[in-house]
Amino acid sequence: MTSTDEQRKPRGRRPLDKHIHLAAHFPGVNNTTVWTDPRSRSQIDFASFEHLARTAERGLFDFFFLAEGLRLREHKGRVHDLDVVGRPESLTVLNALAAVTERLGLAATVNATFNEPYETARRFATLDHLSGGRAAWNVVTSSDAFTGENFRRGGYLDRADRYTRAAEFVATARELWDSWTPEGQPHPFAHTGRHFDIEGEFTLPRSPQGHPVVIQAGDSPEGREFAASAADVIFTRHGTLEAGRAFYADVKGRLAKYGRTAEDLKIMPGVTVVLGDTAAEAQERAAGIRRQQVSPQNALLTLEQVWGVDLSSYDPDGPLPDIDPVVGSGLSQGRTQRGDPLVVAEQWRALSRAKGLSIRQTVIETTTRQSFIGTPQAVAAELDEFVQSDAADGFILVPHLTPGGLDEFVDQVVPLLQERGVYRTEYTGTTLRSHLGLKEPVRPAREEGLTA
Amino acid sequence: MTTSTGRGLLHLAAAVDQPDTYDADPYLTLTRLAERGALDFVTLGDSFGRPGPDALAVLSRVAPATARIGLVPTVTTTHTEPFHVQAAVATLDWVSRGRAGWRPEVSATEEEARLFGRRAAAPAAELWGEAGEVADVATRLWDSWEDDAEIRDVATGRFVDREKLHHVDFQGATFSVRGPSIVPRPPQGHPVTVVDATQQHAYDVAARHADVALVNAAGPAQAAAVRAGLRRRAAEHGRDPDALRVLAALRIDLGGGEHAAVPGHGGGGPLPSDLGPLYRGGPVDLADLVAAWHRAGAVDGFHFTPVEPRRDLERLVNGTVPLLQHRGLFRTFYPGSTFREHLGLARPVNQYAALAGDPS
Repeated sequence: MTSTDEQRKPRGRRPLDKHIHLAAHFPGVNNTTVWTDPRSRSQIDFASFEHLARTAERGLFDFFFLAEGLRLREHKGRVHDLDVVGRPESLTVLNALAAVTERLGLAATVNATFNEPYETARRFATLDHLSGGRAAWNVVTSSDAFTGENFRRGGYLDRADRYTRAAEFVATARELWDSWTPEGQPHPFAHTGRHFDIEGEFTLPRSPQGHPVVIQAGDSPEGREFAASAADVIFTRHGTLEAGRAFYADVKGRLAKYGRTAEDLKIMPGVTVVLGDTAAEAQERAAGIRRQQVSPQNALLTLEQVWGVDLSSYDPDGPLPDIDPVVGSGLSQGRTQRGDPLVVAEQWRALSRAKGLSIRQTVIETTTRQSFIGTPQAVAAELDEFVQSDAADGFILVPHLTPGGLDEFVDQVVPLLQERGVYRTEYTGTTLRSHLGLKEPVRPAREEGLTA
Repeated sequence: MTTSTGRGLLHLAAAVDQPDTYDADPYLTLTRLAERGALDFVTLGDSFGRPGPDALAVLSRVAPATARIGLVPTVTTTHTEPFHVQAAVATLDWVSRGRAGWRPEVSATEEEARLFGRRAAAPAAELWGEAGEVADVATRLWDSWEDDAEIRDVATGRFVDREKLHHVDFQGATFSVRGPSIVPRPPQGHPVTVVDATQQHAYDVAARHADVALVNAAGPAQAAAVRAGLRRRAAEHGRDPDALRVLAALRIDLGGGEHAAVPGHGGGGPLPSDLGPLYRGGPVDLADLVAAWHRAGAVDGFHFTPVEPRRDLERLVNGTVPLLQHRGLFRTFYPGSTFREHLGLARPVNQYAALAGDPS
């Protein structure tokens, strides 16, 4: 991605400019986090969460985002040991963060496969009450029996069932959130569907946001449709401006059939940012970070995840193996598939041959997520360009350091976005919905009729 | 088996339940009040079957705004996932820096079962059997990370030593868990398990798994007998009975002035009520009652449930507690920082580390 000199110049806000939404992702348990850096601190201690959340709030971010872990990843039948591993339970951390922040939205990932609607709706409604309207729920699904071994449910759902269950799960949660009368009295609910058959009274009044914000992560066709029908925010990943614009047009184009408008769903890709005093310095830092993220051991492990066989005898600085992957070997568990291993392997080998890349260099090249690299001015201009050209409504920043990885961005880029007139200079509302410009959900009319 | 009586320093706790309260502030106010009184811990009840917020969430919200007091939410085990439950309790310990407890509870009604639609209501005895298994698997999962599992060894590129992470492979009657936990071992090793043994079916779970047991008693002699019985049963389960604190559960109504409204309440009482023994009177006479039970070696302390939360907790903290401190029966400050330290309980040895050299 490049920026012209014209774009780098601060300019006054034009009337039609969109405002940029920003969120912060606490670095997850994968090789994004550079734990070998001397500035790296605990991924568990509350002080780390407090630092990153306070930084995000200082930067006037919309929300703070936590991923979820339900089983430790395994490789070759043993717990994966190269990356940061171990994390606290998300909702509990966010309730604690509600005590040390005032406006920042608080988003937890909670799986719709290994939870039940009543309890999940209750936990999110509680967070919304305790935080004064700042709760968000990132709905994910899981299909693997590996994760299921930690739960009563045990096995897994077919891929198709994952999304029908998730959609019914969210719809049911919304019925519960709406179930009390406007006067604040419990009112019976009853839901009968394919996945859930439940009834009773919910334990909380309607929460400050009406409904906590619903986030959906994932790019699959089912995920896009689910997001278009039910989500307030979609957390995505796409590499280029063009890919972003195509995704944006596709997902926003699905909204009308659900009676929704483009403003009802915010598209926020997860991105990384690397800053430098010059473009060259930023590129150098970014390359250094990638080398730390993809250690020789990590490069071989990533390759083994695709090939499905032990490759420990290979030299990470040497060429890719010419043997074919073993499909469905189950060598690595608890990690998202990268697609058909045979296809991926052929693509990677072609890339390696064409550019003369070693194993480690190939892994670096093929696993890099969308990055904004440059001077603060250039990065501010690029972020703005992405949003103004409808490739995104904003970004979820994924720092590579815990917990100081957002400090530079907030100190150096946020003021430039404010100068450009595309970013808030203070919070104007108190709820996450107000930060995102989302309407408060309308209480179904049937509820009004039943309250007399 | 030891025959020691409950004559160490008293352990005092209070409930911070408040009806129709969904905001954080009223819970924070009461918890801070209890902390000003140097109480060991506060409890917050919970049930899926009645209005109220998630108790563990409320006390997580309270944690960063308090410093020393133990935090004990009720956590139900019937319709929840044991893996989620242990992770949330361990996380409360992380965010409170070693002040978490939990009070396992069951959901026995058909109404609660219909909220989930996964299983029918079951008899309390059966559900408490399951709750005991949840308590058991929780301690295994808390131990599934040894304390020094995180090594951050730059030379070998390894973040953790996987020899110190353990599958628990727990098989219960109604669930199984493979493990290990996603949450590293919490600061206290095991957050404190508080069991309400006033319920008949919870008695054995208390003897087996509780660090603190709450019991009902109308007088010191009865309390001493219940305490001795629990300690005996704990020993039968292979536990050191001195690692079990037995607190008398007492509802308190301190609205009646300085003295007990009911004659004989000062050093006697309390009176039975539908919700358990009730003391009604003033904070001074309550101090007399507590001192008398302590003299008799009847219990290790008291868990108070204020009838009118704000008023009664204030009178307890400003009236009863200073008198007990003056008599040298209760601490005047927190000498330790973790909830276990307040209770005088050791940090548990890791059951997997104890099997050193035996690969999991």
